[in-house]
Amino acid sequence: MTAQYDDIDLRVRIGPLRLRNPVLTASGTFGYGREFADLVNLHRLGGVVTKGISLVPRPGNPPPRIVETACGMLNAIGLENVGVEEFIRRKMVFLRSAGTRVIVNILGDSVDDYARLAARLTGIEGIDALEINISCPNVKKGGVAFGTVPEMAAAVTGAVRAATDLPLIVKLSPNVTDITRMAAVVEEAGADAVSLINTLIGMAIDCRTRRPRLANVIGGLSGPAIKPVALRMVWQVARTVSIPVIGIGGISRAEDALEFLIAGATAVQVGTANLYQPSAAEEIITGISSYLREQGEAAVRDIIGTLQLEGG
Amino acid sequence: MTKFQEKAQILDRQELAAGVFRLTLHAPLIAGSAHPGQFVMVRVGELFDPLLRRPFSIHQVAAGGDLQLLFKVVGRGTGCLARMEPGREVDLLGPLGRGFRLQREDPVCLVGGGMGIAPLYFLGKRLLQHARLPEFDPVLLGAVSQQELALLADDFFGLGYDVRTATDDGSLGHHGFVTDLLDAVLPRVSKVYVCGPYPMMRIAAAKCLAAGVACEVSLETHMACGLGACLGCTVQAQEGYAHVCIQGPVFEATEVAWQ
Repeated sequence: MTAQYDDIDLRVRIGPLRLRNPVLTASGTFGYGREFADLVNLHRLGGVVTKGISLVPRPGNPPPRIVETACGMLNAIGLENVGVEEFIRRKMVFLRSAGTRVIVNILGDSVDDYARLAARLTGIEGIDALEINISCPNVKKGGVAFGTVPEMAAAVTGAVRAATDLPLIVKLSPNVTDITRMAAVVEEAGADAVSLINTLIGMAIDCRTRRPRLANVIGGLSGPAIKPVALRMVWQVARTVSIPVIGIGGISRAEDALEFLIAGATAVQVGTANLYQPSAAEEIITGISSYLREQGEAAVRDIIGTLQLEGG
Repeated sequence: MTKFQEKAQILDRQELAAGVFRLTLHAPLIAGSAHPGQFVMVRVGELFDPLLRRPFSIHQVAAGGDLQLLFKVVGRGTGCLARMEPGREVDLLGPLGRGFRLQREDPVCLVGGGMGIAPLYFLGKRLLQHARLPEFDPVLLGAVSQQELALLADDFFGLGYDVRTATDDGSLGHHGFVTDLLDAVLPRVSKVYVCGPYPMMRIAAAKCLAAGVACEVSLETHMACGLGACLGCTVQAQEGYAHVCIQGPVFEATEVAWQ
């Protein structure tokens, strides 16, 4: 059994959203939660971020959709999902009973899509927050622009803000020149928090056939390979905005999560690690407690943003 | 069906032919609940490269909670696994996926090509639990050469099946494709179970369809999670995309949109 540290306070607040600990599972890596029910004590998690949901079901991209790379993987799933109605009718039944916070990741092709999704999900029992996906690199339509053009990101955030009173997290793309600007505009537009980073756009080629390894040619890189990039961006954004930052990118063990917290993240999301180690998020929670005990800290919030820089 | 994450000790490692390995692992939770055609996801190391688990169909389970995997070294994941000495532990997730539907009475035919033979042995053993006469069940096995096939064929002979072989180089049995052997047996079987390279399964599926014989195939794809979460292991099915890890790996041949 996993050791419990009842005297260590792991609670954090993401704006109005209260979490029992700062460890969430990242969208697209944890299905709709139920897929992991046999293997993970869901009630121990800070929360689950669902697979991205759209207004209508999406079939996703043709195969092959994934390829392993050095210390990481590329994916071009193409936002396959059951659609919001099926999500509410079927997937929420399990999630509601899972004993953890439920954050629904939403995606659309237009500002109106996002606003309608937010309105539809508001008031549904068991949904604790929304995460706006403006940063998926795998759709050819206008979706990418929402994550790369500041005015578009602000428009989506503002429209969703007007449509819901749920806590609102905006997930940022790293595929921009200045991620701090994106963070600042979505804060201004009403986001309660930002989460970063989504995947870095990459590709891989089979030299024998000279064909791309993904049918979509390009895809999103995730896994331990991207952690230093993610950590740098989280540090920069946390210094820029005053809303909470959720760190994502290659987090696979407690030390990784702690680095993000020290850099200024209030919470973290575990992504690709769920795929190869379903127990990763739980192990990270235990590891954070052990670290805090060793460091003589009583609460995880006391280490957030405590990066020590030369000359103070 | 419940899935388990289990640390399994490697009890034995046999190299059946150059680069072909059979590992025996002690994994009582998974072995105790596995069904033929299901698979396990194996973490081949503790480090990040290779990062993802590798899927392997279950070759057989034995009383006492042992489980066998049969594989050929084709890349880094299988290379790592092949180098693991008995005594080491590997982390398994399983049993995963939808396996074969067991035909209890009428004669059936098993068709295996290369490492696709792996799950058929588990199937062949489990079919025998239902009183049947294996000498009326043809088992058609194909491989590159006699060296790769002989020991595996012996296992099915040992179970009493009507074993017929084919090799690419003619060193054992029919010189040619294993599917060449299917025509002669189709008229007297009610179902065909196939696992092997994609082109072989496509041919077998077409022959079964033409003969009006039910056919199940076990598909293989790249996979990340094995749990239905990442949606990476997609194949083209008759009705849109299907995911091999949860809707398969075993499909009715007619469900697949053969390319």
